[in-house]
Amino acid sequence: MQNSETGTVRVLWRLVPYAKKALPRIFLGVFAAIAAHLFALAIPQLLQGLVNSLVEGGLEALLPAVGFILLLGLLEAFFVLLRRWLVLTPGTHVEASMRNALYEKLQDLPVAFHDRWPSGQLLSRAVSDLSLIRRWLSFGFVLFTANLITIIVGLVILFTFNFWLGLIFFVATIPIWVAGFLFEGKYNVVARLSQDQSGDLATRVEEAVHGVRVLKSFGRGAFAASQFSSQATELRSTEMKKAKAVANIWLYLIMIPELAIGLSMLAGIWLVAEGEMSVGTLVAFFATAMVLRWPTESLGFLLSFTLEARTATERFFEVIDSENKIVDPVAPQVVSEPKGLLEFNNVRFQFPDVQSADGELLRGVNLRVEPGQSVALIGLTGCGKTTLTALSTRLYDVTGGSITIDGVDTRDLRREELRTLIAMAFEDATLFSSSVRENILLGNPTATEEDLKQAIEIAQAQFAYDLPNGLDTTIGEEGLSLSGGQRQRIALARAVAAKPKILVLDDPLSALDVDTEAMVEDALRHVLKDTTALIVAHRPSTVMLADKVALLQDGTITAFGTHQELLKSSEHYRYVITSLDIEQKEREVNL
Amino acid sequence: MSMFGTNDEERTDLTKEESRYVRARSRKLLGSLIDPIKTRIYFAIFLGVISTALRVAGPALIALGIDWALPKAILRQYNELWIVVITYLSAALATSILTYLFLMLTARLAQQMLFDLRNRMFVHTQKLSVEFHERYTAGRVIARQTSDLESIAELLSGGLNELVIGGLFMTFTAIALFLLDPTSFLILFGALLPLGILTRWFQVRTNRGYRKQRVASSRLIQYFVETMTGIRAVKAFRKEKRNEEHFGGLVEDYRKHNAHLIQLFGIYDPGLIMIGNVTVAAILLSGGYRVLDGSLGIGVLTAAILYARRFFDPMEEIAIFYNSYQSAASALEKISGVLEEEPSVPEPTNPVSFESARGEVGFQGVEFKYSTGPVILKKFDLKIPAGQTIALVGTTGAGKSTLAKLIARFYDPSQGSVKLDGTDLREISNKDLRREVVMVTQEAYLFSGTVIENIQLGRPGATIDEVIAAAKAVGAHQFISKLPEGYETDVNKRGGRVSAGQRQLISFARAFLANPAVLILDEATSSLDIPSERMVQAGLKSLLAGRTAVIIAHRLSTVSIADRVLVMEHGEIIEDDSPSKLAAGTGKFAKLYQAWKDSLVQ
Repeated sequence: MQNSETGTVRVLWRLVPYAKKALPRIFLGVFAAIAAHLFALAIPQLLQGLVNSLVEGGLEALLPAVGFILLLGLLEAFFVLLRRWLVLTPGTHVEASMRNALYEKLQDLPVAFHDRWPSGQLLSRAVSDLSLIRRWLSFGFVLFTANLITIIVGLVILFTFNFWLGLIFFVATIPIWVAGFLFEGKYNVVARLSQDQSGDLATRVEEAVHGVRVLKSFGRGAFAASQFSSQATELRSTEMKKAKAVANIWLYLIMIPELAIGLSMLAGIWLVAEGEMSVGTLVAFFATAMVLRWPTESLGFLLSFTLEARTATERFFEVIDSENKIVDPVAPQVVSEPKGLLEFNNVRFQFPDVQSADGELLRGVNLRVEPGQSVALIGLTGCGKTTLTALSTRLYDVTGGSITIDGVDTRDLRREELRTLIAMAFEDATLFSSSVRENILLGNPTATEEDLKQAIEIAQAQFAYDLPNGLDTTIGEEGLSLSGGQRQRIALARAVAAKPKILVLDDPLSALDVDTEAMVEDALRHVLKDTTALIVAHRPSTVMLADKVALLQDGTITAFGTHQELLKSSEHYRYVITSLDIEQKEREVNL
Repeated sequence: MSMFGTNDEERTDLTKEESRYVRARSRKLLGSLIDPIKTRIYFAIFLGVISTALRVAGPALIALGIDWALPKAILRQYNELWIVVITYLSAALATSILTYLFLMLTARLAQQMLFDLRNRMFVHTQKLSVEFHERYTAGRVIARQTSDLESIAELLSGGLNELVIGGLFMTFTAIALFLLDPTSFLILFGALLPLGILTRWFQVRTNRGYRKQRVASSRLIQYFVETMTGIRAVKAFRKEKRNEEHFGGLVEDYRKHNAHLIQLFGIYDPGLIMIGNVTVAAILLSGGYRVLDGSLGIGVLTAAILYARRFFDPMEEIAIFYNSYQSAASALEKISGVLEEEPSVPEPTNPVSFESARGEVGFQGVEFKYSTGPVILKKFDLKIPAGQTIALVGTTGAGKSTLAKLIARFYDPSQGSVKLDGTDLREISNKDLRREVVMVTQEAYLFSGTVIENIQLGRPGATIDEVIAAAKAVGAHQFISKLPEGYETDVNKRGGRVSAGQRQLISFARAFLANPAVLILDEATSSLDIPSERMVQAGLKSLLAGRTAVIIAHRLSTVSIADRVLVMEHGEIIEDDSPSKLAAGTGKFAKLYQAWKDSLVQ
């Protein structure tokens, strides 16, 4: 652990820009908290005088003293109210603005970043970390400061009551602080472990539910249950560790103060008997100790709360500080009258997480797609077809060479313009939780009803009209679930509706059945007539859509031509696309 | 049969009788969880009572010290003082140790109950039929087992302790005050009315507030996750700006609900302090008069003040408890609903003993329809001799998958029977049936873990050599060896990058290892690219050799290896012959076949 005090302060200091507006009220909140504590501390002072006068039998002091005590009590409550009111709103605003900033940054960061960071990791930053920071700002920080001052004032008061009593109290507080601090550290470790384990257990549940047909089919329900049970046992023992840590801290939190009070009683009564101290002071001492009890107990927790807030802040800035290399150019160029000429010039690419020297996926791809031309991209699974399509809209940046549209390097275009020029349909069709209409018009929100209708027709997505609320039916995570083929057709309609100059389709028909596929292909032909298109394909029928075929092999384009030409000239092409065909012919002899 | 099961879950208009039934059901579930640990629960309560009583004794001992030991100490007699102090210290030690034991024991019991409930849910949902899973949806089954269990856990391992200790603490404090000084007790009793009103107000508001906050936070989370998992599409279609606006709205919404909640605490907390301070002042006033006229000791007054101040301490926790109690209660109601569901495809009570099957499959007068929907199969008869490979062909909705699911007994027919070697499937134990009949579907689901573990699912305990042999037999060995860690590659980890086609190959290997008498392949090759499919074609031959097989495929390339083709339409078999004869004829298959050949040969 390298969390020296200065380090923690420096890390938390970075919150200042986000918390700037809130700081004045937060500091006022600190003062309100101190005031509330001081009023609470003042009550025993009055009690002291009151008890002493009671012992002496003076009636006249009673009423004013009680009245004063009541006033102080009301003031305490009022200042607690004031503190809460002061820190409440600014805290939530800080949280909200940090959350928006994080989201904005995440959306801007490139796909490569998201490949590395599972969404769960990002989510815990956006939700629990930020809410922890908010709580620390409006409670942790305020109470830490206020309690510290209260304890110091309280100790001074106790020492003025009597040196020995003060000493007993002071000595007793130290182990409480230590225990509270240690507890929080230990507790956090097990708590995180338990979080991980219950996450794993949840994954186990999810898999068993999603894969229930497989488990049933193989009769492995009991097998899965025994695996689940052993993981649940692990979680249980971690939970017990957690409970033990809690029980331990309670042991100290109850024992130490009680022992201190017992010893104070011994000392106090003896001192009173010796005439060193008045009864009133003894009563006041107990009352003061009672007031100081909570601030004292909380100090250890608050200190480690501060350390936790530091970790949360670090995690937040880990994302905010991430460098984005795929940004808009300083001096953007514009393709004024786009024709749709797409060129890959000696394009090289290596995934950032692949370290080896020969890890390059693309090793000099040269491909020229003329305006209006459509090219099918063919190659074995894993040869980099999908990656090549992703490079075209800068979801990744090339590690060598360049991609140009009408002669302009894609890196010299604003990303928004580039992505207006090119529309994509992905193999795993991502739909968002909104209406079918909004999903289709995602790339072209101002499209007319006619455009929408046309896109649906081309993608053969007419089934959407028959959904419960037609095109206004909510789909995606939160809505109606669609089959793989249906999702693909919506995604295809989306790409078409964007009316781009260049269409990039990554195996857009893989989940369709043969009949539907044929219909979509027929309709697509019209669109492709005057749109530049790059189509990743696996099946011969999809290849037929394109004017030309490019064969991607070992990171380069090894053959380019029409389907017929490549059938004749390229053995690898025949292997990739027609092996069944040949085998089929052989078998036909037997039929 | 269940009266409700899960049907009542979405309803809010339960009649009195119905909601009484639902509550009784969840009480019964709770009872069954508590029953095995009953005695230990009593013991835990006993520990709680003793430890709290000892803790409450503190101020009374202080009073004793001031009123009884102090006068003696002034006379230089210290015995009383020592007695009081030692009693105090022993009580302090005892209460802290007993509290520790209480917390440990209750935690153990809570964990035991949770563990029990978790396992019961898991086993039960696995037992429930496919029909249930399709109706109830995966998301809800998962929610029952995760978030609902979580809210019960929260109550059991946190809130309940606080409630027991807090409640006991307040009760004993009140009793102590009553014994010590009834007048002060009456004043405290008077404070209960404003306290009750304030607490009730707080509970009702926070309960509503928490519900709204949860909805807002789950919306926010959902949107966030959707953006991050769909980041490619977000970028490709320039959704960033629109997202920021929408997300900003969700953030603000959440902030408001959150702020409202904190505000409630901001009123309740000082409210408690105020009531406490006023009560203390009132006790002080009445006590002061009585001290003056000699009817009350100073020590007792001190104790009364200490008691009154401490009385309100547990209130905030108790008030919050109510919320976690409510969400746990509704979670328990839903869980008990799932547990009440019975499998619509039940295990036979007296299964016919079944050693090993030859693999003859028969349909006799089978009628079938899904719970909501038209009749799919009507008076359906079919005989598949052992060892035959059947291909099912037909448009979507013709009933091919239904046929497959009936053979795998994912469903039972509403009339007639499906038989294996002449025995009704309903009379074969699940264990025997699953050994003999295996279905591989399009989704080819892989579980997290290594490739080996996934293939071993076909036969747990199979050696690595057997796993590799299976992979080789279906043509999966080549790509598996090329994975970063070969057979040890974790399939769901990033970098594993297992494609849909490769998943299907792995699930073939799984089926091969299981070595069933009857194998059903439902669209099991749909995602393969051509070279992989060619590999599978070769593998299929070894996979199908010596067993009965039913293959459903859109692509006719698979059909050619079948002995017999059944063309289905509207739940009926319209053509039934060998592929070569059908292809040469003039029927539907011949047309399909021609169209398919045209698509290949260019």
